[in-house]
Amino acid sequence: MKEEIIIAGFGGQGVLSMGKILAYAGLMNDMEVTWMPAYGPEQRGGTANVTVILSDSPISSPVLDAYDTAVILNQQSLDKFESKVKPGGTLIYDPSGIHHLPTRTDITVVSVDAMQASIELQNSKTYNMILLGALLGLRHVVPVDAVIKGLRKTLPERHHHLIPLNEQAIEKGMSLVR
Amino acid sequence: MEEVKLMKGNEAIAHAAIRYGVDGYFGYPITPQSEVLETLEEEMPWETTGMVVLQAESEVAAINMVYGGAASGKAVMTSSSSPGVSLKQEGISYIAASELPALIVNVMRGGPGLGTIQPSQADYFQATKGGGHGDYHLIVLSPATVQEMADFVALGFDLAFKYRTPAMILADGIVGQMMEKVVLPPFRKRRTDAEIAEQCPWAVTGKHGRGHRNVITSLEMDSPKMEENNHRFQRTYAEIEANEVRYQEYYTDDAEYLIVAFGSVARICLKAIEDARAAGIRIGLLRPITLWPFPKKAISDLAGRVKGMLVVELNAGQMIEDVRLAVDGRVPVYHFGRMGGMIPNPAEVLDALKTDFPELK
Repeated sequence: MKEEIIIAGFGGQGVLSMGKILAYAGLMNDMEVTWMPAYGPEQRGGTANVTVILSDSPISSPVLDAYDTAVILNQQSLDKFESKVKPGGTLIYDPSGIHHLPTRTDITVVSVDAMQASIELQNSKTYNMILLGALLGLRHVVPVDAVIKGLRKTLPERHHHLIPLNEQAIEKGMSLVR
Repeated sequence: MEEVKLMKGNEAIAHAAIRYGVDGYFGYPITPQSEVLETLEEEMPWETTGMVVLQAESEVAAINMVYGGAASGKAVMTSSSSPGVSLKQEGISYIAASELPALIVNVMRGGPGLGTIQPSQADYFQATKGGGHGDYHLIVLSPATVQEMADFVALGFDLAFKYRTPAMILADGIVGQMMEKVVLPPFRKRRTDAEIAEQCPWAVTGKHGRGHRNVITSLEMDSPKMEENNHRFQRTYAEIEANEVRYQEYYTDDAEYLIVAFGSVARICLKAIEDARAAGIRIGLLRPITLWPFPKKAISDLAGRVKGMLVVELNAGQMIEDVRLAVDGRVPVYHFGRMGGMIPNPAEVLDALKTDFPELK
């Protein structure tokens, strides 16, 4: 099993941390993982993206030209990465940032209104975890309990009380694509 | 059981330094390597191992603190990125001329000048040909994985102390910034003053009953003596070239064409090669691990077996000069490079190969 994922959006949407949580989940699941951010001024409001690879075998390149799955959170990222999803791959997007919808017909395109869902959860910070839930619901790359284990491992103790909320957000994301 | 961790290459260097028993780190922040200093300050090793971690007022100050620490036999290091490493060159030349062990880390970004903060390999010449003045070499290690970022701290120090010459980890922004799995080395105790005095009889540690004072200097106004110093340096370099060449070959057994690439670019090329092999094109990869000493013989041997080579680098063509010297005109050697922080993807590497060798189309 090898899943090559791009997550792309604006800086501040939780793109890098969503990738990080996914990578930790891969680690918890005894997989090989790479997490390669586009680092730099992106963090200050421009576009941000991260490539996450989860694999049962050693990973060669952390830099890719095609992806199994793309999680797209704004128009610039859709314009940049829609063509780079492998035929048969999956594109998840949040419609709130998109004016021109994806047009590919040879891939699975799924709209996930994570913005609306985070409002329903009364916490806008659950946004990226809802999208992570949608990703896990569509592409069974890691089990949810590996994600929770990863969170427990990486979050400082003082934030552990937020884990149930994150779990709820993941569940909500999964329910949106069920 | 060894614990597998997930971290950035820069973080791995910091953890590996603490665990190696490094005595002092002196640095100044610069993207994309700031996590080295940041991680050290988070870990606060001065409270556990006694390691000194100091943010100097500049890169120049930091390398001269390294010079001083190294003169006293301590295991000391600095890290920076391209523009900052340019600033350190005078100090590096002095450290080399004083025959002192030290570790310098360069997590390269695109230049020249302040350039960009994105990944690059454009400091190959600077690192391998002596970036400062005078006839000297650094032992230059090129990590391709976060694991190697961690492992090369120990390797760099071990070689630096063995040959009394500075070593450099020449990384790029990709391997500095990416996270992957790493098993950190076990903790070693820092050497005691007595151990340093015993292991480094040349160090300025006090006379300890010796009849003479140790003097560390790069200055020798008597030219015949300075030439003799140079001969001694060259003998050391010859010994390093004879004993310390490291490289890795992938798929070279049946390769008809060879890619030569270092650092994280080698991994991008490896993916291109795997894709090509799936289409029946037999390409191999040679990844130099030591950029100096350069794996001349391995490349020369492969030149007798392949039809051509492509050197892929994040620069305008630097390592290709060493590859061409090793190949000595026997097969065509082409270059594919991206510059200024741009990173090629595996498909571009394959396209470049097919452009240079049209028979592969």
